Amino acid sequence: MGVEEKLADMGVVTTTLESAVGWGRTRAMWPMLFGLACCAIEMMAAQASDYDMSRFGMELMRPSPRQSDLMIVAGRVSRKMAPVLRHLYDQMAEPKWVIAMGDCASCGGVFNNYAVVQGVDEIVPVDIYISGCPPRPEALIGGVMALHEKVEKLKIRDVL
Amino acid sequence: MATPYALPEVTLDQIKHLVSQRALDGETVLLNMGPQHPSTHGVLRLLLELDGETIITCVPDVGFLHTGIEKNMESKTYLKAEVMTDRLDYLNTVGNNFAYCLAVEKMINVDVPPRAQAIRVILAELQRIASHLIWLATSSLDVAAMSVFLYAFREREIILDILELVSGQRMMTTYIRPGGLWRDVPVEFDDAVRNVLNTFPKRIDEYEALLTKNPLFLDRTLGIGKMTAEEAIQWGVTGSTLRGSGPDWDLRKKRPYSGYEQYDFEVPTETEGDVYARYLVRIKEMRESLKIIEQALNKLPLGPVRSNDRKIVPPPRSEIGTSMESLIHHFKLWTDGFDVPKGSLYAAVESPRGELGVFIESDGGPKPYRVHWRTPSYNNLEALPDMTEGLLIADLVAIIGSIDIVLGDVDR
Repeated sequence: MGVEEKLADMGVVTTTLESAVGWGRTRAMWPMLFGLACCAIEMMAAQASDYDMSRFGMELMRPSPRQSDLMIVAGRVSRKMAPVLRHLYDQMAEPKWVIAMGDCASCGGVFNNYAVVQGVDEIVPVDIYISGCPPRPEALIGGVMALHEKVEKLKIRDVL
Repeated sequence: MATPYALPEVTLDQIKHLVSQRALDGETVLLNMGPQHPSTHGVLRLLLELDGETIITCVPDVGFLHTGIEKNMESKTYLKAEVMTDRLDYLNTVGNNFAYCLAVEKMINVDVPPRAQAIRVILAELQRIASHLIWLATSSLDVAAMSVFLYAFREREIILDILELVSGQRMMTTYIRPGGLWRDVPVEFDDAVRNVLNTFPKRIDEYEALLTKNPLFLDRTLGIGKMTAEEAIQWGVTGSTLRGSGPDWDLRKKRPYSGYEQYDFEVPTETEGDVYARYLVRIKEMRESLKIIEQALNKLPLGPVRSNDRKIVPPPRSEIGTSMESLIHHFKLWTDGFDVPKGSLYAAVESPRGELGVFIESDGGPKPYRVHWRTPSYNNLEALPDMTEGLLIADLVAIIGSIDIVLGDVDR
């Protein structure tokens, strides 16, 4: 009988600070309301009735980068949009994460040409790539859950 | 972190031709709206000159979603370039394929079987309803009606399920191909579409109960963003935005294609030309689309869904294992493609946003020499500054919602 069990009987849960912080971060990870192209429509669908991302504490899309933790790059990023995207990323408060949603954001997709950035990882560091053109809402939710797993395992000093 | 993607500095000197003298004197405020803004429906950027909260000038800055689709299509064969068309106006993917295939079919003179034509109409009309549902969801969200968003997306899923049933993809279907369709619809198609026909009239009533007589909605939309018929025609505005101002211009009636002349339907119009009139027109259009779908489904002819011209349409999979000729045709079509006679051609369809046209110039080879898209959102957006002058920012948000632009369609 360790101290954990004894404390649990008294209604106290013991854990490490790291896992408590990681758990907290994943339970209220607010994405930025930032749609680019086709994938943004599927991102809206993931937010709406049938798929309902609020089950993951993500019902609040924040239009302001200052209040958001997660940037979902939903769609193709043109050369004209790239500086804006980087600017938005820089404005987000730490800790912050990026999901490249769809083929265009991940690698340029079908658009191998002068206008489209060939993968948003040229501009911002990406944590999770989701394939599909566009990915289904289930795929987006799958990507978000993969990101949650990743965040829960983070050491505090990795983020700081 | 130093990055090659630094935001360019813009000085007042560079934009002085866009704003009035009062802005240069410092009397009015210049405000940047977008490209990341929840109410601009994508990545539209607007430069606003404001006197208090009143808009004096509004200058749209487009191109944040420029994808180079037209240029990319030149490097692909006619069959493969179709994949690009889906991603133009991503709320009307079937309609984009439709316009492109009509143009290619006219150039190579191939006949489309009646069954394929009817299925094309059904899918295009389903897509029109889905697109209008997105418009309803987002534009009413802009005027702070959250629940409509949830209802409209629930119904949209039903239509996307049908698109997935026939093509295997929810949005980017590429189901309509030059010479017909990719393949025949599955047996469940009939039931699925009848389900839409049975349930949707009640659902549209629900949206109307939420909005049509809602005093808050009326306050935000009545008399806002007025545009006369003459102005609309001069700007080249088409679609529901034009019909909200009076003219009953609809390509499905005026230049029928793919058998639209067989169906009995109305072209709803309103005369006010404000945000509310456009709302009424689109709601009525959803009901008319249901009428077209019902007629097309009731007399859906049997028969093939693809032309028999093996030089244009790939042979069925089952023939490839048994017929040498089919194997050769299949191989040739997916490597070289087919040659299109020299010349140029314009074909247009009525998309949910207006006249969606494609101009193709061929030099006789298997790849287009030039493809140009006449996209309705671009022309509708051009009329925006005229509509917004003298109104408040809150009205601007309602107006952007009402012209129903898709930035993929504007920027291409």
